[in-house]
Order: sequence, then C-alpha cells, then structure tokens
Amino acid sequence: MVNLTIDGRQIKAREGMTLLQAAREHGIDIPTLCHNDALEPYGACRVCLVEITYKNGRNRLVTSCLYPVEEGLSVSTNSERVTANRKILVELLLARCSGEKVIQDLARKLGVESPPFRPEYIERNACILCAQCVRACQEVVGVSAISLANRGVSREVAPPFLETATACIGCGSCVYICPTQCIKMEDVGDTRFIHNWSVEFKLKKCKVCGNHFAPEAQLEYITAKANLPPGFFDTCTTCR
Amino acid sequence: MRVKATTGLINSRQGLEDLRRSLTAGRDPNKTCIAICTGTGCHAYDCMGLVAAFREEIGRQQLGDRVDVTATGCRGFCERGALLTIYPQGIFYQRVKSEDVKEVIAETVLQGKVIDRLVYADPHSKEHFVHQEDVPFYRKQQRLLLGNNNRIDPTSIEDYIRIGGYAALGKALFEMSPEQIIDEVKESGLRGRGGGGFPTGRKWESTRHAEGQPKYVICNCDEGDPGAYMDRSLMEGNPHSVLEGMVIGAYAIGSESGYVYVRHEYPLAVANVTKAIRQAEEHGLLGENILGSGFSLKVKVSRGGGAFICGESTALMASLEGRVGEPRAKYVHTSEKGLYGKPSNLNNVETWANVPLIINNGSGWYSQIGTAGSKGTKIFSLVGKVNNTGLVEVPMGTTLREIIYGIGGGIRGDKRFKSVQTGGPSGGFIPESMLDLPVDFDELTKVGSMMGSGGMIVMDEDNCMVDMARYFLKFLEEESCGKCLPCREGIKRMLQILTDITRGRGRDEDMALLERLSGNLVDASLCALGGTAANPILTTIQYYRDEYVAHIRDKRCPAGVCKELISYFIIDEKCPGCGLCVKACPKEAITFVAKKKPVLLDQERCIKCGACRDICKLGAVGVK
Amino acid sequence: MAARVEAIVAKFDGDKGQLVSILQDIQEEHRYLPREALEKASQLLNIPLSQIYSVATFFRAFSLEPRGRHLIKVCLGTACHVRGANRILERAALDLGIEAGQTTSDMAFTLETVNCVGCCALGPVVVVDDTTLGQMTTDKVVPMLERYRQ
Repeated sequence: MVNLTIDGRQIKAREGMTLLQAAREHGIDIPTLCHNDALEPYGACRVCLVEITYKNGRNRLVTSCLYPVEEGLSVSTNSERVTANRKILVELLLARCSGEKVIQDLARKLGVESPPFRPEYIERNACILCAQCVRACQEVVGVSAISLANRGVSREVAPPFLETATACIGCGSCVYICPTQCIKMEDVGDTRFIHNWSVEFKLKKCKVCGNHFAPEAQLEYITAKANLPPGFFDTCTTCR
Repeated sequence: MRVKATTGLINSRQGLEDLRRSLTAGRDPNKTCIAICTGTGCHAYDCMGLVAAFREEIGRQQLGDRVDVTATGCRGFCERGALLTIYPQGIFYQRVKSEDVKEVIAETVLQGKVIDRLVYADPHSKEHFVHQEDVPFYRKQQRLLLGNNNRIDPTSIEDYIRIGGYAALGKALFEMSPEQIIDEVKESGLRGRGGGGFPTGRKWESTRHAEGQPKYVICNCDEGDPGAYMDRSLMEGNPHSVLEGMVIGAYAIGSESGYVYVRHEYPLAVANVTKAIRQAEEHGLLGENILGSGFSLKVKVSRGGGAFICGESTALMASLEGRVGEPRAKYVHTSEKGLYGKPSNLNNVETWANVPLIINNGSGWYSQIGTAGSKGTKIFSLVGKVNNTGLVEVPMGTTLREIIYGIGGGIRGDKRFKSVQTGGPSGGFIPESMLDLPVDFDELTKVGSMMGSGGMIVMDEDNCMVDMARYFLKFLEEESCGKCLPCREGIKRMLQILTDITRGRGRDEDMALLERLSGNLVDASLCALGGTAANPILTTIQYYRDEYVAHIRDKRCPAGVCKELISYFIIDEKCPGCGLCVKACPKEAITFVAKKKPVLLDQERCIKCGACRDICKLGAVGVK
Repeated sequence: MAARVEAIVAKFDGDKGQLVSILQDIQEEHRYLPREALEKASQLLNIPLSQIYSVATFFRAFSLEPRGRHLIKVCLGTACHVRGANRILERAALDLGIEAGQTTSDMAFTLETVNCVGCCALGPVVVVDDTTLGQMTTDKVVPMLERYRQ
C-alpha cells in the first residue's frame, strides 16, 4: 500500500493505481472528458490535471488519469494553478464546441462564461476529439473500423478514406460511449444505419419474439470470436 | 585509383589494427588528393558536376596514378560553396566552378601554384587565407566532430578506419566493462545534443538497470528544427562515427538491437548510413560477434514520414512501431518502457558521435572543454542574416557574439543586428543586449530560450519580431499531432490572435491573453512541443514589446514586413526608369513613364509580393 | 499493383513497424498512395485499414491524391523565412493558379511547402523534383517554372 495525501486527506492506495483511481475510491471528484474506465487512459483532454508536490518540494501538474500513486506524494485537485488551467481548457473547448451540453455544464461548474476570442472564430463542432469511440472500437470491440485521421487542427474521427467503414460490425459501441452523442445511429425496420460512417446493417430477427435486436454482422463477429455454436443468436438475449 | 583494401570479416581487435596499419601504409602521404565537399548544401552549387569534371580531366590527362579525387561530406562553410582542399599542401579553395577545373589542375595540382581568386579573402581586410584552418570562419572553431568530414569519403569504411575509426570500439569491447564505459561517459559530463540536454551517462545507466529484454538503442536523426542541419551533415559526412558510438553504447547498456531513425527529407543521409551499416557488418564491426568479442548488435534504418513531432522520443518510438507519431506521457521514462514497452535508450546523432571521442581520449580530456555545466563542443547551424552562413563547431561557453561576429562575420549588408533565435520552435529570441551570453544549456534556458539542437537564426532590422513569433506558431500548429487540447486548440487560438495583430486587427487585451494561453501551454501540454511552444511568444513579448504595441495600437509594422500594414513606394531619386520592375510585377501595378524618368506605382494594385524589390538592384523601391 | 505491394512488404520482412517505410516505397512507385495498394498492404501486414489510413494522413510525406509531373517544394524553414521565402511561395502560387498542397489541372505541377531541407545557407530554397535551387528570388520564380513546363 502507498501513503499519499489528496486535498489534505491522508489516504492509502494500492501500488499501480493511478491518482484518479485513488481519488475516486475515496470519493474525491476530479472532472474528466476523455477518460472511461472501460478503456486505457488516454491523457488528451488534460481536464483531470492535478498539482503534485514531491517529498523534495518540487511540484508540477500531471494528468491524474495516468500518473501512478507514489509514496509521500501531496496532491491538490483544485489548487489555484489547477483551476486556472482547467478554466482555460474549458474556454478552448467552448470555442471549439460552443453548442455541446457536456462542455457547457463543465463551464458552468467552473464559472467560465464565454471564451475570450473574437466571436467570428467561435466554432460549433460536435466532436470534442476525446477519441473514446476510436479507442472503444480498437480496444474493446477489436475491429478498428474507425480511426483518427490527419493531425493537428485538421484531426478528425473518420472511416477510411472518409467513405464507408468497411470493418464496422454495427455494434453501436461508439454511439453509446460518445459524450456528446454526435454519432448518429438509427434502427429503421430491419436495418440499422450509422450515418457518420456511411454504414448500414441488416438486423437479426429473434425466432421467438420477432424483434430486430442486433446487426447480423455483429452477431457473426461475436459468434466467431467467442467460439459459439452457429445459431446461438437465433434467439435474442431477452427471450433466452 | 583507390587502393582496394581487404573486405574480409575482422574478428579480433588486432585484426582491426592490422587493417588500419596496412591502409595507412598503402597510402602515399605525398600523393595529391583533391577533396571536394559533396554535402547536400553544396549540391546546390553543382559539386557533383565539379567532381565529375575533375575525374574526367584527370583521366584525360592520365594523371590517375598521381592524383586522387575524393568526394567528402559537408565542410560547414556553406556560404562559399563549392569547396575543395588540395592535399598534401592543404590549399583551400572556395566558390569553385566546373570551369575552374583545368586551371586548378594546371596551376595548383601540377605546379603547386595558388590561384588567388579561388582563395578565401576577408571581405573587409582583403587578406587572403590559403589554408582552411587560417580562414577566420574556421580559425575560431574547434571541429572535433565535423573536422573529420574533410578527410574522408563517407561511403568508404576504409577511410574511416584509416583515420582512427573504430579504435574506441576496440578499446571499449576489450579493455573496459560496461559499467566502466558508463562511468566514463558520466564523468565526461556529456549531455544530450538533441535539445533535452539530459546527462547521457545517467540515461545509459537507467536503461542498463531497467528490467526487460530486448533493450533498444536508437539514434534520433529526425532533425526537424527548421534552420538546423547539423545532424544531416554528420550523418551524411561521417556515418561511421555515429555507428561506432551506438555500438559502444549498446554494449554498455546491454542492447543487441538498434535503430537509426532518419527524416525522409534527408535521402543522402539515409543512403550513406545504410551503406555504412552494410560495410560495418561486412567488416565484423556490426552484427554478430563484433570483432570476435562475443557481443552482437543489429541496426536497422527507419525513415520518418514528414512529422516534426517524431523528433520527440515517444513519438519517434510510436513511428518505429508503425503507428502515428503521437507522444505519450513520460511519467514512466522510456529508459524503463520505450519501444514496444521495453527499455530503450534514445540519443541524438551528435550525442552518439561524441562517444568515440570520449572513449579514445578519456573523460578527463573531454571535461576540460566547455563550461562547468556543459562539456564538450556543440555544432550550430548559423544561418539567416549573417555573412558566413554555415555549420560552426565551438566549445561550449563560446559567446553568441563570438559566433555571430567572430565566426559569422557579422550581419550581411552591414545592417543592424536585431535578434538571434536559438533552439528552434522550442527556443526563444535573444536581444543584442545579451550577445555576450555564453552558449551553455543552463545559461540559454535562464533567459527564456534554450540550446535546442543547435539552430542559430540571426535576424536584422528588416525582420519583424511579431511576424517571427507568428511564423513559429504557424509551424507548430502544422506540426502539432493534435492529441492534447492545450497544444491543438491553444496554439490555434494564439496563431489567430497573432495573425490579427500582424494584419492591424490587434486588440488591447491580446497581450494579456497571449500570456495566459502561454501559461496553459507550459502547464498542461502532454509533450514538449506544446510545453515549449510559448517560448517564441514569451521572449518576443519580453524583449520586443514595443513592436507588439506598434502593431496593436498604431497599426504599424516598424520593420516593414507585415503586408497589411505597409506600402511600397518608388524612391524617385534612385529610379533610372529602366522598367525591370514593370516586367517583374505580376499585377501590372507599375507603369513605365519614360527613360530616365521614375516609374509609377499604383498602390491599389500592389500586392506587396516583393518582385520589384528583389529585381531592383538600386534599391529604388522603398517600404513604409 | 498487388504484386508490387507484395514485393515491397516482403522487402521489409512483413515488419509492421516498418509501415512508414513501406508506404514510402509504395508512393515512390505510383507518385501517390493508391487506395488499392493500401488495402493490399492492410491485408498483407494484418493492420486494420483504418490504421493505415490514419498513418497515411498523419505524415506529410504522403499523398492520397495523384501528384503532378513536377513536384515543387518551397522551403519555409526559419532561415528561408527570414530571407523572404513566403514571397517565393506566393509568387509560385500566383503563377500556377493553385494553393500550396494542390496540383494544377493539367497535372504538370504540384506545389507544396516543406519545413526545412537543411540547405539553410542557400536560402530561400526551392526543391523541384530532385534538384535543389538555392538563393531564389521572386523574379526567378516564373523563369524557373517556364523551364520545367517544356
């Protein structure tokens, strides 16, 4: 066990835990945007920054989602330096995604009103580039149907060649995980459309209840990956 | 004709020394050798044509048994290319053209006579300097690393062995233990030459002690700082010196697998190091069982894809793994978990090249050179508005003034010095008042700049500091990987603000906002690209605040650069009415009136492209 | 095309880590990265197509569009910038009628910028195909383009 202080509280944490995990375990809230417990920590949004002071007095800002707990560390989740930086991060996000609720909520919490840039430079992107969709598709689902294309200010989440995501199985993980719900999925009759990736899938019909419950492609993928017997998904999970 | 040396595998230290002796013996020190610089810079002066012309003429006159022609790597005096030296007299010629070949052979090669017009003459004193080491540009340098470029053909391992190459490797493998090598490098005080300045010996030690196999040694030749080309010249001109350093390092660390990562914009460097690796393997100096010592190291060459960020160690390693060049947090160092999650030691080209020097001459000798905190020499690329642009190698502690004026020959066109920028986009601008600063890792950092990889850009009164700050931000915006918020969005916003300022749309609150955003970059960025991106802005605000104020408050560009804030006009007294500018203007904004009468410039049509200013040698087009 | 991609991948022993070098060799043959070649590479290297697309769009060296017969690269490195490289770029763009990153409609020229080729002493520098042209001035741009038009 490792001993450290977070916001003045002495806590014990298991070796190998991150500061974020240790804080949350003890009910200390640190805001995040690109973090998801189901995925490897990414360190892109920088919102989870905390100020740490080492035993020798040296201090710095680190992302709590990635920094491992250390003996004798003193952590502040809301020091002046942390708050000042967090405010600017939210201003930058607001300038990019001015219409997104998740950003507006965070702004309100931090007392940020409007970004200090010229109005004609304010954008209304829906994507905050947290890359949770891409990471989920790669790490959890394992098909890597979408990826981050280009770099810098042109960076975007995209299907290959900005056309159809041919490897997509229609599971919708990207849709569910997206914090701004900017990936649009529609089930119409026996077809599922995920508009952003220009894909459509035939939905499997349950033998018993007759509901269209999941894309055939997704079920085929799971059957193969988990070595299930063919026809395993002829009945939907509710009816089973 | 070249003496064909043995290309057999050497499997002992003695074998190497025997080869060295036989190569030296087989070479007549009195035989004339014309060594021509064929670094990429000189390619633009048609050095390859010059080499071909010499070879052809020597063949035609059947002088082959008396005269050798060697194509060497970069000599550094790029301002005066094409360059050559005639040995054994050491006669140094500059600005040589193919038309000069016959005369050089007839006069200097056959009769030993010096051709005055090809000798370097000081522009002020007119004094002639026949030998390279006397030329003021070279005299004040200490060319421990680059000096060997003069004497060897980089595609010949025999040349390198003949001048003492791989002797350090022999000593390291057979006389020293890995721990002793690490101690020696630690005591030498060698610090990373890529910009980080981290103590090399300590990095080697951490990698040696880290858990995990295999361990990797990596050479960073992704020299991305615009204006810097030191690594290119070392890698093109003496790739074996870098490889030798890597083998010694790999042995000390316990690594058997290495990579050399070269920018794809450096095709000659890629070609030369690939060739060097193959030759070293053929000679038993790389690969399996090196020199019969039992130690093996395999080195692969990998090319970059045009991304400045891949000069950052974790992004470089990602690229080596076939992924995009996205850095990761370095809370766990790459010496513990680097390439493929294994302990990896990454060093810059110049750092590796210093290693054989340290092993051959000892840490005691090495640590005498330089300052208390920065040992050894450093190669700088001195470019911009200076007279003698080129590569300069000086002991650490040499002052900026000595470099810019003593070696660089001062500002070209007798203009006024305004600033010197060091450290590339991560560095800062240094004003005239600080020209007596010694080049030293810590001294430069103290004033807000940094050593960086060695780029040294000189600016004069005609450069606008706000424009320069904007330039670096634009560069960084293009090169940002885009992963983290402060860098991707922060730099974008700062660039918008700076662009507005250069266009006369600056607001009073902009300076404070730039400083605030800079603070965020420093504190919150994921990697050093973002973390140091604010340096150009912060130093220009600190030392050249008046220029910002002029742009924002007065909508004026004092240096006459920012297009929206300036206008061109004809200086009637200077214009002879020749009409050259009329033809050059793409917008037909200048009208010819009559011979001997000044031309007329239409402000409405003028786009300030500069074609007229460039073509008019009488300076009749002014800027205000 | 498939056979060529196979040969290139084989040259690098199918090593996923050498993806950038493999893509460069593919591009050298076709003057850009054809989609078909990337799909084949994805198959042979067992790398998801989306990741190859990610790498191909991340690195500036790559083009997914066919390029012109002559590639004009204007260096915008600091040393060249300080000597007025921007004006060279503007002049070239003006004369060719395209922006940096684009190709002329007759497929004769592609205009690009590059962030330092290491010839700083000769700045401003323009690289046309494999030739490095130093000490460029705005008045030399049009004659230079004319020479290559022949």
